[in-house]
Amino acid sequence: MKTIFGVLLLVFQTSASIAADVVLEDVDIDIFDRDSLRRGAGYFVDYCQGCHAIKQIRYSRIAKDLRMTEEAVRQELMFAGAKIHDSLTTAMNPIDGEKWFGVAPPDLSLAARANGADWLYTYLKSFYSDPARPLGVNNAVYDKVAMPHVLWELQGIQKPVMGKQDDVPVIERLKLAKPGTMTPEEFDRMLTDLVNFLSYVAEPSQLERLPLGKYVIAFLLVFWVVMYKLKKQYWKGVR
Amino acid sequence: MSDEAVSDDVDENKRNFLTKTAGVVGAIGAAYVAVPFIASMEPSEKAQALGAPVEVDISTIQPGELLRVMWRGKPVWILKRTPEVLSALPSLDDQLRDPLSKESDQPASIQNELRAIRPDVFVAIGICTHLGCSPLYRPEVAPPDLGKNWPGGFFCPCHGSRFDLAGRVFKGVPAPKNLEIPPHRYISDARIVIGESEGAKA
Amino acid sequence: MDNKIDNKARSLLRWIDDRFPLTKVWNEHLAKYYAPKNFNFLYYFGSLALLVLINQIVTGIFLAMHYKPNADLAFDSIEYIMRDVNWGWLLRYMHSTGSSAFFIVIYMHMFRGLFYGSFKKPRELVWLFGMTIFLLLMAEAFMGYLLPWGQMSFWGAQVIISLFGAIPYFGEDLALWIRGDYVVADATLNRFYALHVSAIPLAMLGLVFLHLVALHQVGSNNPDGIDIKQTKDEGGVPVDGVPFHPYFTVKDTVGVVAALIVFSLIVFYAPELGGLFLEHANFEPANPMKTPEHIAPVWYFTPFYSILRAIPDKLGGVIAMGMGILVLFFMPWLDRCEVRSIRYRGNVYKVALLLFVLSFLALGYLGTQPVTPVTTIFARLFTAIYFAFFLSLPFYSRFEKTKPLPARLTEEIIPLHKREGVHWEWIRKSLAAIAASRPYQRATEYAKAVLDRFKKIDVKS
Repeated sequence: MKTIFGVLLLVFQTSASIAADVVLEDVDIDIFDRDSLRRGAGYFVDYCQGCHAIKQIRYSRIAKDLRMTEEAVRQELMFAGAKIHDSLTTAMNPIDGEKWFGVAPPDLSLAARANGADWLYTYLKSFYSDPARPLGVNNAVYDKVAMPHVLWELQGIQKPVMGKQDDVPVIERLKLAKPGTMTPEEFDRMLTDLVNFLSYVAEPSQLERLPLGKYVIAFLLVFWVVMYKLKKQYWKGVR
Repeated sequence: MSDEAVSDDVDENKRNFLTKTAGVVGAIGAAYVAVPFIASMEPSEKAQALGAPVEVDISTIQPGELLRVMWRGKPVWILKRTPEVLSALPSLDDQLRDPLSKESDQPASIQNELRAIRPDVFVAIGICTHLGCSPLYRPEVAPPDLGKNWPGGFFCPCHGSRFDLAGRVFKGVPAPKNLEIPPHRYISDARIVIGESEGAKA
Repeated sequence: MDNKIDNKARSLLRWIDDRFPLTKVWNEHLAKYYAPKNFNFLYYFGSLALLVLINQIVTGIFLAMHYKPNADLAFDSIEYIMRDVNWGWLLRYMHSTGSSAFFIVIYMHMFRGLFYGSFKKPRELVWLFGMTIFLLLMAEAFMGYLLPWGQMSFWGAQVIISLFGAIPYFGEDLALWIRGDYVVADATLNRFYALHVSAIPLAMLGLVFLHLVALHQVGSNNPDGIDIKQTKDEGGVPVDGVPFHPYFTVKDTVGVVAALIVFSLIVFYAPELGGLFLEHANFEPANPMKTPEHIAPVWYFTPFYSILRAIPDKLGGVIAMGMGILVLFFMPWLDRCEVRSIRYRGNVYKVALLLFVLSFLALGYLGTQPVTPVTTIFARLFTAIYFAFFLSLPFYSRFEKTKPLPARLTEEIIPLHKREGVHWEWIRKSLAAIAASRPYQRATEYAKAVLDRFKKIDVKS
């Protein structure tokens, strides 16, 4: 048990320093922008689903929430043989994943809730070329990342600009060394859509929860006023 | 009020009105609160997904053979009936409780004697309408245990209900209705979908 | 017609009363239970605690219909509730927000007790039952937090169960027995589920019953801390009391609806409350091979967790944390001042209570933060203040210079102009300065104009 304690205390001390270094970019997502969600779903299927599943959501739920017909979902999102009520699994077998990357690519159903949308966005932007790594890339947000830079053709290749902080070399920023097929603005917009979709996937009930709140609270306010008047009426006689 | 802290100069009408208003508003609130709790016990998305229509290949079923498939967790029978069976069925009418299926459950389009879209293919939910057991398929005529009058049909081992090969219930057994026929349709001669009625889109 | 129904109802009531003391209980505990008429804001939290308890039980029952206490299925079954079950997300957020709400309400309720001396003679048992409920609530919340089987669930349980390992001689065996495995595992999850949904809630309900019976035996305290039964009218009714029903049922409902508004704001717009009510790391399934980078218990345990971390010794830390909770049980005997309410107590207690509350809040904040040498120093300082409050109390409270008690109840809240002390003088002066300032006057003029316009609309319609 002593070891667990030791590990925890160590973790407390190191986590502060890791977290402090990373400055996350603000991603401007709108969960109610269905067009963006639909584009994001497409990007996910094209670029992520080869390795990552989002097993907690069904095609039928996406069809309903993103206002797509079953036919459109079938054509744009589903791979051959999938059924409309199936969840979004990946073709990659986790054992292969572990063999190829060292860790099996995680399920991304809750990635946006566990890490936050800003982190996901910044992370996906922060791959840079690093010949010392087995896959030739590293990540400024996630050092020694096991994931390859899947979007490099779109983004291009980034190289780090080094600076010094307390005499330790640190990455100051990343600069585009070789442009990709998308301009940086297009790439940012694409990532925004993708992160928006993942935020939706992490909690689809947001689409119900947020619009419902105002009615509940409006009702409670009316109820409060009635109860307050009733209370006044009763307590009028109390000296 | 006998106590000193409370005096009597109170507008009774206004108080009554407000009490009733508060009661009504509170009751509306309580009713709305009850909805999510009650609805949470309805079949979930997952249950509905599992209850999705099933597609079955019927080309390999031999005449006289019964195929069992699961739909919504229930056994669904698909039986290829022989011409002899089909010709014998109408003769049983006077022994049956509801020969024309007027009080039984099936899609309206197949409320006929044979209870099927295609006469040779009989599709039914294999659950006795008495208390929910699954009857046995007993196609042989007059076996020793069922008596010499047995024309071939379905026999429920739980409480002895008897059905003919169109799922129609005999008189004098506990089951009240004929076997239920699920909605189903043909995609082609060889394939049917259980859980979708004819005319529904793909 | 009405008369007929009335007669029917009356005879039904008589039929029941012959067999069950319905009218008697109704009168003793509601219609003829006389509560002090000057209850203020702090007195809402008793009925709110009952409301949250009911919320937890009802939502809990419905969640238990869909949850699976199995290490392989638990995490996914929570997501099943969040996605596939009709309204499952609402039930879950009501339950998760409810657990935090429970602690907010209970902490306020306990603070009220310390503020107005509600734990003192003759209410020692009310306090002890209440403290036992608090202890059970902590166990209930801790076990409930394991159920989602996320990273925080797993590692939080691992750490807290390991605390038992600090007990000399049999500690490690005890921790093993609690887990039922060498680490937190399926067996742990299964037993925590059993305790969370049945044993502890049953015990809590029983104690809530005892808490209320004991309270109604001696009667409620009040902001003046005097006994309202001292002054009765010729009918034997306390002159400063009002029947709980309808006066306080109506008043408490106002508080209940106000609390529900705050509750709904969180449930619908911020169920995670920035990671305070639902921690981000708990959206990752439990992984026994990897501790999350930063682990902290949920906010309501952090004051005690800070005490644990402040002590540089494993056993010492566990003892300090345990004592931090247990010492509250002894309040009725530690505080030897005869006067209950803070209104009539000496300045020493006022300052001591203020420092205690501040140190509690500070410890709570520090418990959510990663440990650094600086936070450790602060945690030790506030831990010292926390315990100093209890340890010094028996010594000064006997000799406190108290003010004379009034014979009858006074205001719910003492108006500003009656308050004594240099700090109130400052506040009065600064408020007067603000009221005299130009922007304030302009704002009030504007508000008045708007209000007048509203009144005109009202008249027209």
